[in-house]
Amino acid sequence: MIFTLALRNLFHDRVRLMVTLIGILFSIVLVAVQLGLYLGASRMITANIDHANADLWIMPFGAKSFEDGGMLISARERHQALATPGVAQVTPIIVQFNEWRKPADGSTRVVIVGADAEAGAVQPLSLETGTWEDIKAPDAIAVDRTYLQELGIEGLGSSAQIGPGRVKVRALTNGVRSFTQSPYVYMPLSRARYLTGAAGTDLATFQVVKVFPGVDVEQVRSELAGRLEGAEVLTTDEFRDRSLTQWLFRTGAGVALIGGALLGILVGTVIVAQTLYSSTKDHINEFATLRALGSSSGYIHQVILTQAGLSAVIGYILGMMLALLVVLASQSSPLPIIMTPQLAAGLFSVTLFMCAISAISAIVKVTKIDPATVFSR
Amino acid sequence: MTKETVLAAKQIVKELGSGASKVMALRGVDLELVRGELTLLMGPSGSGKTTFLSILGCIMAPTSGELCVAGTSTEGLDPEELAGLRRDHIGFIFQSYNLFPTLSALENVRISLDVRGQKGYKAARRSEDVLREVGLGHRLKNYPSNLSGGEQQRVAVARAIVSSPSIVLADEPTAALDGENGNAVMELLARIAHEQGRSVLAVTHDPRTLPFADRVVRIEDGLIVGEERRPEGLDAPEITDLNKRRKAHA
Repeated sequence: MIFTLALRNLFHDRVRLMVTLIGILFSIVLVAVQLGLYLGASRMITANIDHANADLWIMPFGAKSFEDGGMLISARERHQALATPGVAQVTPIIVQFNEWRKPADGSTRVVIVGADAEAGAVQPLSLETGTWEDIKAPDAIAVDRTYLQELGIEGLGSSAQIGPGRVKVRALTNGVRSFTQSPYVYMPLSRARYLTGAAGTDLATFQVVKVFPGVDVEQVRSELAGRLEGAEVLTTDEFRDRSLTQWLFRTGAGVALIGGALLGILVGTVIVAQTLYSSTKDHINEFATLRALGSSSGYIHQVILTQAGLSAVIGYILGMMLALLVVLASQSSPLPIIMTPQLAAGLFSVTLFMCAISAISAIVKVTKIDPATVFSR
Repeated sequence: MTKETVLAAKQIVKELGSGASKVMALRGVDLELVRGELTLLMGPSGSGKTTFLSILGCIMAPTSGELCVAGTSTEGLDPEELAGLRRDHIGFIFQSYNLFPTLSALENVRISLDVRGQKGYKAARRSEDVLREVGLGHRLKNYPSNLSGGEQQRVAVARAIVSSPSIVLADEPTAALDGENGNAVMELLARIAHEQGRSVLAVTHDPRTLPFADRVVRIEDGLIVGEERRPEGLDAPEITDLNKRRKAHA
C-alpha cells in the first residue's frame, strides 16, 4: 500500500509531476554531460599513456604531461636504465608540439608522436586505414580522421609540411582525439627526431621502460631514481595522474566540468525538494489521517521516500534516454561525451541520493503533523 | 452481568492556548466505555466534545487526568507509543470521512490494515469482506469521488472496524449526511456495538441519532452535565438527568 499510495500521490497532480520530472531530467542530462565530458577528456588525455606498453616512464624533470614533456633527454638515461636489474626494455619516444603547414595555406599545431613499432612502446591507436608498415614508408604518417578538416587535408595520400619536412598521410586512425585540440601525428622515431630538429641524435622526450614479468615495479623505480640524476621516473599511474592534473585542473577545465555537474545536482535537488514539499503539503490531511489511524511516523516517511524514489526512477529513465541521445550526437565531435555502465550506475545513485535529500523538507513537514487536525476538517 | 470496560477516563482536564488566551476546554471529565454499547457524546458547539474525543483517541494529551485504553495508561507515552495504542485498540470515523481520494474504496480500507503491518491477500480479502458487511460489496473499485456521502461514510466505517478494534470513535458521523444515509450509518454503528461487541462512542449534536444510542452523555462547558441510558428492553433512551439527580441529592 505504501507503493500504491506514493504512486497515486505522485500522479494525482500531473502538472506537478511533470515539473518534478523535468527538473530531474535536466539535472541528469546536465550531470551526465558534464561527467561524460570529464570522462571523455580524461580518456583523451591518458589514451596514449594507457595504450603504451610501459611500466615506468623516464622523463625530464618538470615534464607536465604526455604532450608537454619539456626538454629532450639523452640516451644516457636509456643506457643507465637498461643496466638496471629487472629492466627488460627501454624504448625512446618523441612527443612534441610542432607546426603543421596545411597544403593550401595556413597552419595549425600538432603533436608529433614518434616511436618505433618494433619496440612496441607506443603505437597509433585504432588504425582504421593502413598499417604500421605503411607508416614506415618515407615521409609517411598517420593522423586521425576527425582532424582532416582541421589539418586542411582530404585523407589518405594527402601531403603537408611539418617543420623542415614533407609528410604524407599513409594511415588513418579513428577516434583518437586530442584534449589540446592539436591532432596527434604518428610516425617512426627517426622521422620524429628529424622533424623536431633532433636528427642524428639519440634524444627522446620519454624513455618507456618495461620490466621483466614478476619484477617489483616499485623496486625498479627506486633503483632507477637513484641512478638517474637528470631525469625523473614515474609509474604509468603516476604519469596518468600528472597528465590529468595538468590538463584538467591546472587549466581549470576539469573544475568547470565538475562544477557544472555539482550545479546540476543542486538544481535537481532544489526542484525535487520544492515539488515534494508542496505535494506533501497538499496531502497533509491524508498524512494526518494516517497518523490518526495509528500509522507510525516511519510508515509516513516511507510513503514520502517512495514518492521520492519513484520520481528518481522515472526521472532517471527519461533523463538517461535524453543523455544517451546527447552522447550519441557527440561521438563525431572533437570532444565526445563518454557514458559507461559505471557512470550510468553512478548517475542513478546520484539521482536517488538527490531525491532522498529532497525528501527531507517534506519529512520535516510531515513530522510536525498534529493528528488532531483530522477533527477540524 | 458486568460488561468489560475498554476505556476509562478520569478527571480529564484540558487547557488550550496559553497566557491570556488560555481556555479550559475540559474541566475534569470522567467517562467509561464498555463493550457492546453505542454511546453518544452530545453537546453544543464549543462544549469540548471534540477535544474530549481527541483525548480518548490518544491523539491529544490531557493537561491532567488519567486515561486507560484497554487497561493501558497513556500517561508518559510518547507519540509513537500512542500511535501504537491507536493501532491496537481504536478505530476512527471522521465527520468529513477523510478518505484518500487517490485510493479506491477497497484500498481505503486496506490501508488501515497496512499501517498495522497486515498486508497481502489476506488483508485484501478481509477488507473486501468488511466492505460487503457495510453494504458496499458492489463499490470496491470505486474512488471516493464516485461515491455518495453515505457510501463514503460507510467506507470510513469499514476502515474503522477492519482491524477489529475494541473501541470505535466517531466524530459527527451523520453531520454531512441526509436523514436516510444518517440513519443507515447509525444502524451500522449500533450493529457494530451490539453484534460485534465493540464499544462505539459517537460525538454528535444530531438528535436523529438518539434512537440508536444505548447511552447518551451530555457535555457542556467542559463538564459532563447529564447521562441518559436506555434500560434493557426499551427502544428509546430513558432520560436520567445527572443535574436533576445532583439537585435531588442536594
